[in-house]
Amino acid sequence: MSEDKKINEFLYFALRNKKLRIGLFIVLFFLILTFIGPMLAQNDPFDYVNPGGAEPPSSEYLFGTTFFGQDVFAQFVYGLRATFLVGLLGGGIGTLIGVLIGFTAGYRGGIVDELLNMLTNIILVIPVLAVLLIIAAYLEVRTILIECMIIGLTAWPWTARAIRAQTFSLRTREFVDLARLSGMKSSKVIFTEIAPNMMSYLVMAFILQFGGAILNAATLDFIGLGPTNAISLGLMMQVAVLWGALQLGSWWWFVPPGLAITAIVGALYVMNVGLDEVFNPKLREM
Amino acid sequence: MLELDRVSKTYKVGTFGGKDLHAVMNVSFNVGDGEVVSLIGESGSGKTTIGKMILRLLPITSGTIQFDGVDISTLEGAELKDYYRKVQGVFQDPFSSYNPIFKADRLFKILQEEFYPEIKNQEWDDKVESAMKDVGLNPNEVLNKFPHQLSGGQLQRFLIARALLLDIKFLVADEIISMLDASRRIDVLNLLADLKSLGLSILFITHDLSLGYYISERAVILYGGSVAEMGATEKIYFNPIHPYSQMLMACVPRLDQEWEEVDVDLRGKQFEHTGGCIYFERCPIAGNKCLDEPPLIEIEEDHFVACWKDFEENA
Amino acid sequence: MSLQVEHLTVYYQTLRGDVQALEDATFTIEDGEIMGLAGESGCGKTTLGHSLIRLVPPMRYVRGKVKIDSEELPIWGMEEMNPFRFKKISIIPQYAMNAMNPTRKIGKMTEELLESRKVSFSDTLPELKRRLDMVELTHDVMNMYPIELSGGMKQRMVMVLSTLMDPTLLIADEITSALDVSTQKAVAEMLVEFRNRECCNSVMLITHDLSILYQIADTIMVMYAGQLSEKAATHTMIHSPRHPYTKLLISSLPKVGVKYAEKRLKGIPGSPPLLLDPPIGCRFRERCPVAFDKCLDVPPFLEIEKDHLVACWKEFERDA
Repeated sequence: MSEDKKINEFLYFALRNKKLRIGLFIVLFFLILTFIGPMLAQNDPFDYVNPGGAEPPSSEYLFGTTFFGQDVFAQFVYGLRATFLVGLLGGGIGTLIGVLIGFTAGYRGGIVDELLNMLTNIILVIPVLAVLLIIAAYLEVRTILIECMIIGLTAWPWTARAIRAQTFSLRTREFVDLARLSGMKSSKVIFTEIAPNMMSYLVMAFILQFGGAILNAATLDFIGLGPTNAISLGLMMQVAVLWGALQLGSWWWFVPPGLAITAIVGALYVMNVGLDEVFNPKLREM
Repeated sequence: MLELDRVSKTYKVGTFGGKDLHAVMNVSFNVGDGEVVSLIGESGSGKTTIGKMILRLLPITSGTIQFDGVDISTLEGAELKDYYRKVQGVFQDPFSSYNPIFKADRLFKILQEEFYPEIKNQEWDDKVESAMKDVGLNPNEVLNKFPHQLSGGQLQRFLIARALLLDIKFLVADEIISMLDASRRIDVLNLLADLKSLGLSILFITHDLSLGYYISERAVILYGGSVAEMGATEKIYFNPIHPYSQMLMACVPRLDQEWEEVDVDLRGKQFEHTGGCIYFERCPIAGNKCLDEPPLIEIEEDHFVACWKDFEENA
Repeated sequence: MSLQVEHLTVYYQTLRGDVQALEDATFTIEDGEIMGLAGESGCGKTTLGHSLIRLVPPMRYVRGKVKIDSEELPIWGMEEMNPFRFKKISIIPQYAMNAMNPTRKIGKMTEELLESRKVSFSDTLPELKRRLDMVELTHDVMNMYPIELSGGMKQRMVMVLSTLMDPTLLIADEITSALDVSTQKAVAEMLVEFRNRECCNSVMLITHDLSILYQIADTIMVMYAGQLSEKAATHTMIHSPRHPYTKLLISSLPKVGVKYAEKRLKGIPGSPPLLLDPPIGCRFRERCPVAFDKCLDVPPFLEIEKDHLVACWKEFERDA
């Protein structure tokens, strides 16, 4: 079978999957919003545009304004951009480290595995939030990039464990032996036999890391340890709560960012389930 | 054709490899041209490990395996590939022998890519088709399907067809029957028998003694990684000498005779190589002498036993 | 009569329709009988065994009656079956041995199991200890974790637990399959011992291995593609089977002493039909060497000799 045909078949099943379609639709919707949103927003997210202070949504301010008279819609779309950046970078770093460590440990086995496993376990038992707090608190100026690094560097152990287990089980599968018996070189065995089986795992690990990073960032932002020079959805909620939006009933201030985070992370998880069905030929027919 | 000489496999176990686990200990036997040898043993006997060492899927800890006079552990690159042109394996679990995300016939494509890049696609497809017919498969029914859409028997035949395409001299068949249904087993066994009559040598690894008898001229009985008894099939089956072989023969459920009264030891097996006879712990007739490892001695023509008790009786 | 099954039909629900896994099964198991239920994978033997005790989706009850000790068994109702499970009818599932909770001590697990069936643990303890002695397990196992037990020990423990309430019928599903030959023999013989000591009245031993049944079963029932083919006393079944499928199956089994060079055994050509849309009439028809036009009707399961039941039109004709 040719490569194109394989991809076509994959796309066919991917596009037919309802879960994947719904998830993808929601994520794409928000992703597109991050691009065209800033064009639609007439105001800078930090400008105090409405001298009247907090006001509910109106035709002038689509999502209303904050206690300080800032445009919530502008903050929302810029914040969304930060959220996707954190997901992409933070989740990306987490996935990359996790995959490298997990794959090496699982494929090499023996002493290498034991050492890497030990490292993974150590990182795993360190209370991540506490470390994040300390690191974040030490840095005077925090950029989104630094936040991504912090999140990525602490989130990889679960991925590493999952990938290690998967590699380990694949490596001992008889089709790998059979490929060797077919005279394949080790590198070819890894790339043509093991890696394709890992693809679904990789994509899914990334999706989970992506969602996890967004949630982690929101937590950090919410407790006031987010970036100092940018806006994000978590930061919006933090400021809203700090200035009594809950008590004042300014729901338009914290509902959009909260809803967006929930929707994106939820959609990612739904996509994850859908992808599982697409990648596994056995589940396709159901 | 194939000769194993004091082959051992030791694994390091425990934290940082503190302990040795002897999966296979000093196993020597050979398989002649066009001969079928059954390698019989229970779980943990090391039979699969031996098969994998012959196929160069596991490194040998000590000892040598020679194929046509060449030490196979020295083969590298093109030589190893040449070895695989002559020696192939089929494994127990047909389902795990296939990469689940690819169609089952990809197996043949790989073979063509690796071994016969010079053969044209059309010609290769014809070869594949005739090999499929040789193993009793209807190509139209089974080609272009995912592994999970085929039955265990079909998958197993695929694997044998794959070996046939290579025109091999030696086949390691590791429990290839046990996952099949009773009415299909005999077909695969007969297929192996036919191949043998065409000159193929087979190492038939099994735990089922009646299957072993049907197809092989010689049998090797393994216990805890060591050879307990080996020789001509009739001698092993009808005149077992080693207490383990005797117990095994008495416990096999047969369709033509009922179980004899034998005491079966239900204690868990622990293969600990303490230097003595590996069967010491479970042996009903073990004596002091058995604290030393018994050598494998030819007690009659083509019948080898590793048991002190028997040596004493004949001394 | 310990078990009476009449016209039992059970299907599997799938998205593509009903899989007709068990069609119109009618048979009995006598008091003290060890009945071996044999057949190839997918023949419905496990469906039959499990439907008698836990008929849960995707299994679907279609029709039929089951009586145990002349009392009707409400197999169609999950709740209604509760008073019967474990006490009247009990099962040793295929992978029970490896399904024990690894974090629970055996004693604790037993206690939980009994309480869930509303049986007092302390009242049962003396009997439990007696049973442990019977299978040569020390009482210490109660304080052990499953991992500390060998395969044979675990299998015995599961057997003791399943028969603790002296069930009328014990269903044993492939309990010897994953074991080494020596352990296999011990476990099989223990099953006979349980019956002899009346820890259970009768046994249904489900297996694909006829040679094990030849050793310990009193009767053997063979199934093919969801239909009952033949039931007879063990010796009769192995040495003079009547159904064409049973004949072919038994003659295809390699025996010690049979070599291909001297006697080449023959398999059964073809493969079993898909039960999603099974052929009408006798389901073995397409592979059967003696099939004729009458086989387009489903043959009844009739007693052609004393205690020898067969579902084959050809055999009925021969006897007529």
